[in-house]
Amino acid sequence: MRITCPHCGPRDLVEFSYHGDATLTRPDSASTDQDVWNAYVYDRANPAGEHREFWQHSGGCRKHLVVTRNTLTHAISGVDFAPGKRTGRKRS
Amino acid sequence: MAEYSAWQVLKNAWRGNTGWKPAWRKPDPKPDYDVVIIGGGGHGLSTAYYLAKNHGIANVAVCEKGWLGSGNIGRNTTIVRSNYLLQGNTPFYEHSMKLWENLSHELNFNVMFSQRGIINLCHTPAQMDDTARRGNAMRLMGVDARMLTPEELGRRMPGLDLSPNARFPILGGLEQPRAGTARHDAVAWGYARAADRRGVDLLENCEVIGFLRDGDRIAGVRTTRGEIRAKKVAVCVAGSTGAGMKLAGIDRLPIESHVLQAFVSESLKPLLDTVVTFGAGHLYISQSDKGGLVFGGDIDGYNTYAQRGNLPIVEDVMAEAVTLFPAAAKVRLLRSWGGIMDMSMDGSPIIATGPLPGMYLNCGWCYGGFKATPASGWCFAHTIAKDEPHPLNEAYSLDRFHRGYVIDEKGQGATPWKH
Amino acid sequence: MTSWRIPSGGRIDRAKPVRFSFDGKSYTGFAGDTLASALLANGVRLFGRSFKYHRPRGLVAAGYEEPNALVTVTTDGAREPNIRATELEVYDGLVAESQNRYPSLAFDLQAVNQLAGKAFSAGFYYKTFMGPVIGPLKGTRAWMFCESFIRRAAGLGSAGTVTDPARYERMNAFCDVLVVGSGPSGLEAARKAAADGKRVILCETNAAFGGSANWAGSDQAGFAETLISDLGANPGVTLLNRTTVWGCYDGNTYAALERVSDHRKQPVIGEPRHRHWVIRADHVVLATGALERLLVFPGNDRPGVMLASAAQRFAGEYGVLPGKRIVVLTNNDSAYDAAAKLRERDALITTIVDVRPTVGDWALAQAKEAGAEVLASHAVVATGGRNSLSSVTVQPFDAEINAFPGPPRRVACDTLLVSGGWSPVVHLASQAGAKPVWDDKLQAFLPPGSSSGWEAVGAAAGEGLEPPAPLFEIKAKGDKAFVDFQHDVTADDVRLAHREGYQSVEHLKRYTTLGMATDQGKTANIPGMAIMADALSKPIPEVGTTRFRPPFTGVSLGALAAERYGDIRPGRLTPMHDWHKSNGAGMYAAGLWYRPESYNRQGESVEDAYIREAKAVRRNVGIVDVSTLGKIDIQGPDAAEFLDRVYTNTFSTLPVGKARYGLMLREDGFALDDGTTWRLAENRFLMTTTTANAGRVMQHLEYHLDCIWPDLKVHLTSVTDQWAAAAVAGPKSREVLAACVKRTKLDNKALPFMGIVHGRIAQIPVMICRLSFSGERAYEVYCGAHHGQRVWDALMEAGKSFDMQPYGLEALGTLRIEKGHVTGAEIDGRTTAQDLHLDWLISKKKPFVGSAMMNREGLTDPKRWSLVGVISLSGEKLRGGSHIVDGPADDPGRSLGHLTAMCFSPLYGKYIGLALVENGTGRIGTRAFATDPARSGTHIPVEFVNHIFYDPKGERMHG
Repeated sequence: MRITCPHCGPRDLVEFSYHGDATLTRPDSASTDQDVWNAYVYDRANPAGEHREFWQHSGGCRKHLVVTRNTLTHAISGVDFAPGKRTGRKRS
Repeated sequence: MAEYSAWQVLKNAWRGNTGWKPAWRKPDPKPDYDVVIIGGGGHGLSTAYYLAKNHGIANVAVCEKGWLGSGNIGRNTTIVRSNYLLQGNTPFYEHSMKLWENLSHELNFNVMFSQRGIINLCHTPAQMDDTARRGNAMRLMGVDARMLTPEELGRRMPGLDLSPNARFPILGGLEQPRAGTARHDAVAWGYARAADRRGVDLLENCEVIGFLRDGDRIAGVRTTRGEIRAKKVAVCVAGSTGAGMKLAGIDRLPIESHVLQAFVSESLKPLLDTVVTFGAGHLYISQSDKGGLVFGGDIDGYNTYAQRGNLPIVEDVMAEAVTLFPAAAKVRLLRSWGGIMDMSMDGSPIIATGPLPGMYLNCGWCYGGFKATPASGWCFAHTIAKDEPHPLNEAYSLDRFHRGYVIDEKGQGATPWKH
Repeated sequence: MTSWRIPSGGRIDRAKPVRFSFDGKSYTGFAGDTLASALLANGVRLFGRSFKYHRPRGLVAAGYEEPNALVTVTTDGAREPNIRATELEVYDGLVAESQNRYPSLAFDLQAVNQLAGKAFSAGFYYKTFMGPVIGPLKGTRAWMFCESFIRRAAGLGSAGTVTDPARYERMNAFCDVLVVGSGPSGLEAARKAAADGKRVILCETNAAFGGSANWAGSDQAGFAETLISDLGANPGVTLLNRTTVWGCYDGNTYAALERVSDHRKQPVIGEPRHRHWVIRADHVVLATGALERLLVFPGNDRPGVMLASAAQRFAGEYGVLPGKRIVVLTNNDSAYDAAAKLRERDALITTIVDVRPTVGDWALAQAKEAGAEVLASHAVVATGGRNSLSSVTVQPFDAEINAFPGPPRRVACDTLLVSGGWSPVVHLASQAGAKPVWDDKLQAFLPPGSSSGWEAVGAAAGEGLEPPAPLFEIKAKGDKAFVDFQHDVTADDVRLAHREGYQSVEHLKRYTTLGMATDQGKTANIPGMAIMADALSKPIPEVGTTRFRPPFTGVSLGALAAERYGDIRPGRLTPMHDWHKSNGAGMYAAGLWYRPESYNRQGESVEDAYIREAKAVRRNVGIVDVSTLGKIDIQGPDAAEFLDRVYTNTFSTLPVGKARYGLMLREDGFALDDGTTWRLAENRFLMTTTTANAGRVMQHLEYHLDCIWPDLKVHLTSVTDQWAAAAVAGPKSREVLAACVKRTKLDNKALPFMGIVHGRIAQIPVMICRLSFSGERAYEVYCGAHHGQRVWDALMEAGKSFDMQPYGLEALGTLRIEKGHVTGAEIDGRTTAQDLHLDWLISKKKPFVGSAMMNREGLTDPKRWSLVGVISLSGEKLRGGSHIVDGPADDPGRSLGHLTAMCFSPLYGKYIGLALVENGTGRIGTRAFATDPARSGTHIPVEFVNHIFYDPKGERMHG
């Protein structure tokens, strides 16, 4: 598998570490709603098909990426920086 | 149907082997059953068998979308052990071990359970202590365990690299002598044949495509071979649990699907007569009766339903194999495959009633499902028949995650790809 | 030289004779020969014994699909088993032996298995060997007794236990077009791509490029040679021979094995044995050709029965005839071509037996050229001979109804060439996820139309293959009719599987072991499926095809390990590593790091040494290398806010120039890691983590910054390797520092507990933080890693007059146990802050990672295990890994918890430890046992005490 890091270019799987479902939203830090926190920490949609997931380019720029990948075919249809870091520095 | 025995083998051989009957019937589905089990893998078949045998519930159908045993029962490294640390796990797996020890007789089918032992190697003093701790936990729960010295290890495994200058020198190992390997397919076939003989209908090529409901209650299944009503529906489809439960409207579970690759080398004359694990990485290796080295390592570590993995894990596993057995560098890898694991949030399984009325759930086996096959069926059958868990699977509830009663052997928390 | 060698022709170098040995006997071949062709030239017919029945077996094929001729090669004592003789290039001094026979290949005692033939049918294992239900052999004993014999009988070659001395290599490569196979179609594809300016890699599994051009006929050879030399001259083209592309992985990543030096006795200096190529290709051309299939008939495994294409290859490429008197059996026209070509090489072909009722004019013309009689509507129904073929029995045959409408007759021959049709090699396409489609005309699976990533060309796409009659088996009575030669799976076995309900292709494979031998059923799978389809009265594609998985052919484990063979992981060394070693320290592996265990003096045991070292720290002063601690530089205007969010306690209130001990939780509320974090400037912190968790904490922080709080302006840098660190601990630590530190004061006011100062040691800038893991007054001295040794030396020099002693991990552990500090042994991923009595670090004023989840039922259950101290009451050494129980050794009862750490405490003069115990705090003052049944067998009475053994008020470290 190869992931095209928006910062470093196409790189092999070995350079990346997985960080799971990228569609979950962390509850507000001050929230004390246990159900919401439980759902965030433990419950997964685990789709058979398109999956948005975090990968860190740990053997490269160390940025977290959101990769859209099909879990049935492993085909990758999109890679972006994790939210908020889209305007990360470009390669000079 | 005739019992299998050496006498029958000889008698039939004399008659050109034309007298053998099918190992199980291929019946058409009935309109309703007491229990429908979704999934004709090891756990589904053993659940059916124990429902009939232990609870007298034989009006049972097993719906299998493909061929019996096509799931992870036919895609694993065949290791049977009960060398667990935590009190939620050990008694369950030890019960499984006891069932394994009599399984060939019980099923009248030789599942080739070979108690050649499992040895977990240790490479640092801290690891020796950790491992001894697990061994002690086992002993206190009535499980066999002993620590071995490097000299004892050398005698057991002549090709093992015991050099003190090795990158990760071997300081000792924990052995569970009663552990071993079994012929994986034979377990599925043995349970299938035994369940069939007690009247269970095994429905192959019968894919469940929806659930029938009576109000809130699950009342049966829609399948590619028609609707089947049932008083109770048991879901037992590790590897496809997410997809299966979505049909019932359960969109989220404490499970992710991951691929675990496994490998077999070309056939060799006997080299290794135990199961051994490398402690400075993740590798388990044994040798099959046919002579192939059977080995595996970590899951690939990303969500997937594709039964294929990637090269990094292949390379890791082989590097660790030749680290332990330098003579094996010339041995050739022959086959590899990938199985889809239900990786749960704490690395331990779920055997529970619910989550909907009329439904029962067995899933989350991570990569420990094969050895659990007998006890899983035993406990799941109990849970289905009595509508409450057996004491052995009480800890494997679905709500344990939310309540904080996780059973986390690796101490990794809610990161399924690290269990 | 015997007359099996054709006097001229072939691609062997007749000027270079090569001497080698097989089963101890010396032979001569030529450079360019394989072991198979060289032995065949010497008249050898018997190459191996089959897996189950130990039947004599000869060459069936000439390439990687060979099922029978497996040999072991021994080099310097290291054994490589299961090499196909058809792929093994001979070299001077090659030592090969046959396998799976005793005492010799020609006389194998285990051939006695053939007598019990029918009882050894498919699946017989499952029905027997279960043993008695009661008595001493109940349970698994009977099976395991039988198993020990079965295992010895099974297996092919032996791997031995001698370390493989070879070196292996991994290579990454990138190209626009990867062409797999260098036959005419592959060469043409490579030529086209190269002409378009593409970067091309061309892989050929054999030594010689050209594929079938090397044996199919002289007309093609010239064409191929020109193409190859043109390609070789093109700098954009990489030609790899002896290279098998064996795996297709995601993202068009292809794995290939180059056998770099297997064809030499010794590799050239610098040359690896195998090279593991990982090729990322934009586009892949599969020019992998097609494999000829055998026909299934009684006795079809007798040595001398060979694929027609194999014979053509032996004659064309190696200049060897397979026999002196040849009969051909076929269901298609390709064998006629082979016969004519063999005749060109002076082979004697007496008869062509064709199962088809009519034979076309072209084929008849070929037969005439070959000088062979054609028997249409005939079949071979038996073979004769002992260890090699001496005759075949032919009989009129009606393939439609499988009838034999005429009497049999014997035809003397020493070779039977068989062609049962062709199967395109679709393995890589299947690995790439394509589902092969059945072609009724070719009676074969073809790759589906090309995809964006790959295309199949030539015979691999079914082009130019002769359509066969749809016949796979000649169902005559008599000897066993084999489907899978290596695994001894017969047609009757397939039918038995059908009879017993093992009918899906996967059940068939698993029940009979069809296709699971080292040739992976390359010649056997389709005939096996055809026989099952026949039994089911279904078309073949409805039986299914199994999905092909890597590897296509076997790959050495060493190649996949590559450079990691013999050196699996890097070691991490601190800047003072060599000093520790040269000062008597045994080194202790901690993750990838090496740390000193203890500095043993003459005659000292590790325990003697660490007790001495720990005493020195308590009474005087000691120094320890703590460079392995994880260190993260945290900078930015929101750095303090970020730390407040990830630590359970507050860091925004920490003054510049001070450090604070902190605890992090995971989101699920369990403890993650602890350590001190230093505020170096308003917006700059240096975080330290435990050695083991450094990577994990870094990732935890980066994840939260990138994915959860991207609005925070914080930058993280791992600086673990940039700082060297030494802790100087003990009552006299300040004096030691005072003797060498310049440009800063060190008194209690200038440098109070948890204070930080900057100064110089030996002119090197250092950062000193006064913090204590030991419980004594202590300082951690940080400097740039490259200066680590110099600063260490200066500290040692300054410590001389105070008799400062270096101490290792064991003494460090002893000191921390006495002080009740936790490490990874206690923060094991299952413990909470409360369990570890770290709840004083939990702020109630702010949320933090884990705060929402840490008070759940399961994390606050009073039955949870909590940290407590234990003291051995009997004076016996406590053992790491012991459990805590209430009962005596013979009836210990259930586990109440376990020891996490133990040591001999110089303070107490006793063995003490830390333990996680059910309701631990409530047990203080009570007694129990520390039991170690699995290792030492000790069962030691202990008393529970507070987990802080020493100076609970912290007066010593503050003083």
